[in-house]
Amino acid sequence: MSEAVLAGQPSRPRRSLDQRIMRWGLWLALAFLLAFLALPLATLLLRAFETPEGGFAGIANFRTYVTTPALLAAAWNSVWTAALTAAIVVPLAFIYAYALTRACIPAKPLFRAVMMLPLLAPSLLPALALIYLFGNQGMLRWLLMGGSIYGPSGIVAAQVFYCFPSAALILAVALSTADARLYEAAAALRATRLRIFWTVTLPGARYGLVSAFVVVFTLVVTDFGIPKVIGGQFPVLATDVYKQVVGLQDFNMGAVVGVVLLIPAVLAFLLDRWASRQRTATMSGRAVPLRPAPRAVRDRPLLAVCILVAATLVGIVGVAVWGSLIRFWPYNLTLTLENYDFTRFDTAGWDSVWLSVRMAAMAAAVGTVIVFIVAYVLDRGSQHGPLPGIGRFAAAVPLAVPGLVLGLAYVLFFNHPANPLGFLYGTLAILVLNSVVHFYTVGHLAAVTAIRQLDPEFESVGASMRVPVWVTFGRVTVPMCLPAILEIAIYLFVNTMTTVSAVIFLYGPDTKPASVAMVHMDEAGQASAAAAMGVVILGITVTAKLAQLLLGALLGRATQAWRR
Amino acid sequence: MTAAVPDIATATAATSRPRDAYLHVEEVGKQFGTFVALHRVSLTVQAGEFVTFLGPSGCGKTTLLRGIAGLDPPTTGRIMQEGRDITHLPPAERDFGIVFQSYALFPNLTVAANVAYGLRGPAWPRARVRDRVAELLGIVGLADQGAKYPAQLSGGQQQRVALARALANEPGLLLLDEPLSALDAIVRQHLRQEIRSLQQRLGVTTVMVTHDQEEAMGVSDRIVVMSRGRIEQIGTPAEIYDRPASPFVAGFIGHSTRFEAVVDSPPGVLVSGGVRLRADAARPLLFGTRVTCFIRPEHLRIDRGDEAPPGSIVARVTGLEFLGPVCRLSLEAGPLRLLATIAPADLVVLEAIPGAEVAATLPPERLMVFIDDV
Repeated sequence: MSEAVLAGQPSRPRRSLDQRIMRWGLWLALAFLLAFLALPLATLLLRAFETPEGGFAGIANFRTYVTTPALLAAAWNSVWTAALTAAIVVPLAFIYAYALTRACIPAKPLFRAVMMLPLLAPSLLPALALIYLFGNQGMLRWLLMGGSIYGPSGIVAAQVFYCFPSAALILAVALSTADARLYEAAAALRATRLRIFWTVTLPGARYGLVSAFVVVFTLVVTDFGIPKVIGGQFPVLATDVYKQVVGLQDFNMGAVVGVVLLIPAVLAFLLDRWASRQRTATMSGRAVPLRPAPRAVRDRPLLAVCILVAATLVGIVGVAVWGSLIRFWPYNLTLTLENYDFTRFDTAGWDSVWLSVRMAAMAAAVGTVIVFIVAYVLDRGSQHGPLPGIGRFAAAVPLAVPGLVLGLAYVLFFNHPANPLGFLYGTLAILVLNSVVHFYTVGHLAAVTAIRQLDPEFESVGASMRVPVWVTFGRVTVPMCLPAILEIAIYLFVNTMTTVSAVIFLYGPDTKPASVAMVHMDEAGQASAAAAMGVVILGITVTAKLAQLLLGALLGRATQAWRR
Repeated sequence: MTAAVPDIATATAATSRPRDAYLHVEEVGKQFGTFVALHRVSLTVQAGEFVTFLGPSGCGKTTLLRGIAGLDPPTTGRIMQEGRDITHLPPAERDFGIVFQSYALFPNLTVAANVAYGLRGPAWPRARVRDRVAELLGIVGLADQGAKYPAQLSGGQQQRVALARALANEPGLLLLDEPLSALDAIVRQHLRQEIRSLQQRLGVTTVMVTHDQEEAMGVSDRIVVMSRGRIEQIGTPAEIYDRPASPFVAGFIGHSTRFEAVVDSPPGVLVSGGVRLRADAARPLLFGTRVTCFIRPEHLRIDRGDEAPPGSIVARVTGLEFLGPVCRLSLEAGPLRLLATIAPADLVVLEAIPGAEVAATLPPERLMVFIDDV
């Protein structure tokens, strides 16, 4: 063979157009995550070690921090309120999720829908409702017997409401993946129901419990809206960052508190990753799904708990809605729409609502495209070299970064005079990008899950027929993942609508979102207007969620015929 | 165990004149990190031939197939297709069609759209695509199923769609990666004959990967037996069954009983656990050589214990399995444990019930002998 003579050093593998495109996609994904996640966070870290004049301060800032009793107290307050909230929410959510997955109760879809209600409103809303009920002019204030809702009790109560859906969702997933064979085996061995619960149900859900606890803890530590509204003089980490930056204009100390705020979040994140790794190891592909049989002794009490919880969730939102319609709480209880005339309370008026809608729609549109394409490139591109691993890690990081910290990092990074991206500062674009990055991880995981459900050989089949990868992406991958794509878009929309912490440092004079307007109205003592704004936001997110259901059904009929 | 294995593989490659070969794999190796999935394997496939890579899971057969397809290019070596070096060409620049174990049918496209998936560009106007799809669906016997979605078809039908799709571009090489393993036994047997006759009708060179030896024996012109990243033997089904080149092949293909022995004198006599046996294959071996022997159950001759022919050994029946066309006896002769198959009708004549004694004859020409590595 003539070629054999020529063959010396083996030729390097030549990349096809497909592989080059995937490679470029990977680089773009990494560039995006570098510019809008890694560099801002690095700036924040650097600032924590700087003097106000820009010199190197070493650990001086941290020394100041630990020697200031007020700041340390805030850290401790954050930790114990978060732990207490988690200790209340997780068992409650477990019972609720258990009823939804392991019992025969009626109206499960309704209970599921009600469970999601708190996620659709800014966290300030439950706090406002609690103030209506138990505040200085509260109707049920006598129930507290002289105690005050302003402070830890109010924070914990509002956080329980706000964190309930997150915990219940995680536990419902953990409990829904039961293997019926284990229960049959336990029953065949004549184990009592209690013993089965302790030896099969709880161990099966233990990583879900860890996950739920960790998520609730992180949510509470990093939430800003609730302590802002109902915290009174009770300092926590999240309000401290705000105070340092907005109140005292001390960006370096703000960065230090931000770094401190990052610690519990990062620890929780690592713990959760550990737990989820354990969970995948316990799942067996041959598991037989468990179908609960009706049993009145179990079902009736569970139904009662569900009704109670659901009624409380609806009730708290209801109080906020009612309060927003009251002329002058609690003295003049006649109904009015005056509180919805936002121009009376805030110069931006309804414009901030429309700005929020625009911002959320853009975050959903831009974010979904970025999230899905990055997830596709990371999962289906060449796994050669360290880049895909770095990308996957970067995509998981936003989950561990509190919104306040990310927002502050953006201020420090994009406001830096030497930053060529500085033109973004104060624009709507930076709010959109910040929201996309802040809520990136959940969307990324949803996209990866959807993509992994597809046959790993689709691209190979396409390549063997000389069909370019983008054609297969457009004709097969995207149509098959449409439900997940819609889910990601609505998730981004809802969270961008309701977030306060991610945007409170970043809005400009012309770009004030509705959730921030809500904080300002509350600060100005206009609680009814703040509640009205919260109700408007809730209305929009509920509409979006309903639109998702409707659109999902329509899309399903049009494009998912193959699902039979 | 025998040192001769690599020589056999290269010898086969050399004698089959790579100049005429359609596909020529030369010293191809593949490494994943520190794990070596393929050790410099070489083989050739002639045009129109049906070659099967057979081996247990993890033997490197799928790695080799994916190397040929360009999905996971090899670390070392060369792959030539029709005289063209394709080693590092991306899949899209090669000439092959592939059917995966999972079929990888696009679930959101109809059967017709799946088959037409690769028929694009100016060479394929709509009408021509329609005719070609109809032709292909006709070939695989699914002419009236074009409008359905894959999920509405049975496993066997999905398999045919995958086959039609792989053949749509008239590839010079058809690659089949465990194409039948997701189907149940009866469909599998039926479909493999269909694939074989389709392959012969179209004359397309085909490489199949399987771990099912019956499947490999049933359809292949030649079989490449692989183990732990190496080629153990290349040969026709009869060659690898009757003349296995290594203890691995002898043990892996078909049933056999394996036992250790030592070469004794005179030449051609082995001793295993005190039992003296004659073996033609042991004639050239030196006295005292340790060997591993294999004998297939159907080659054992069984007679009644009281009619023992000369050269037979007395064995006690320890187990009996009725398998339909044959019965399988488990025998014990001193330390030797042997398997034998006999016709059910002979069972009564031989009085071969567990506990009884029979006379077993191991034909010297049937004993497969391999020198142990020290």
